[in-house]
Amino acid sequence: MTMIRKTMLAAIAAPVAGLVVMSGFAAPAMAQRDPAYEAARSNGTVGEQIDGYLGIVGQATPALQDMVNDINIKRRTVYTRKASENNATVEQYATTAGCQAIARTVPGEKYQAPDGSWKTRTSAPPERLPICP
Amino acid sequence: MDRRIIHAGLMVSCLLGLGGCINVAAPEEPIVIELNVNIRAEVLYRLAEDASNTIDENADIF
Repeated sequence: MTMIRKTMLAAIAAPVAGLVVMSGFAAPAMAQRDPAYEAARSNGTVGEQIDGYLGIVGQATPALQDMVNDINIKRRTVYTRKASENNATVEQYATTAGCQAIARTVPGEKYQAPDGSWKTRTSAPPERLPICP
Repeated sequence: MDRRIIHAGLMVSCLLGLGGCINVAAPEEPIVIELNVNIRAEVLYRLAEDASNTIDENADIF
């Protein structure tokens, strides 16, 4: 039963993902990145900012802007809840997450250096804010 | 004669020392800014583990 349910979920997950995003449903906790988001990370059209949010690296298209806005609204919701739980400000929590998100980028992905410029992650550690844990 | 010179020297160094103290007390602002940076870093360290878990639990948006 569970197996069948999982298979069915997997089969409908991809086409439904866009609708779920638009309708504002909370995605399952262990959900993976949407293929469009994964592709945008890999080809460097989006990157991780210092402030804990996703940024557009080059020319913004309406579709790209929508995707980035959607992810950032969700991130902000999570940051707000977690900051409250940890007696921190949203900015403090978001910056901490930004430190971690930049550290977790893989070679080829873009991230924002402390000077604000976009860098491409290599196998070397990324340039991060001195206050990053 | 030598003692007088030594005394004069001590007085001068005391005055210089006093002047030094006043000068050290003057730039209060940079010290405050540095404190804020330390406090911020401390907060980020405190939040690090929780933020790491948050990223794992929300893998679709990170």
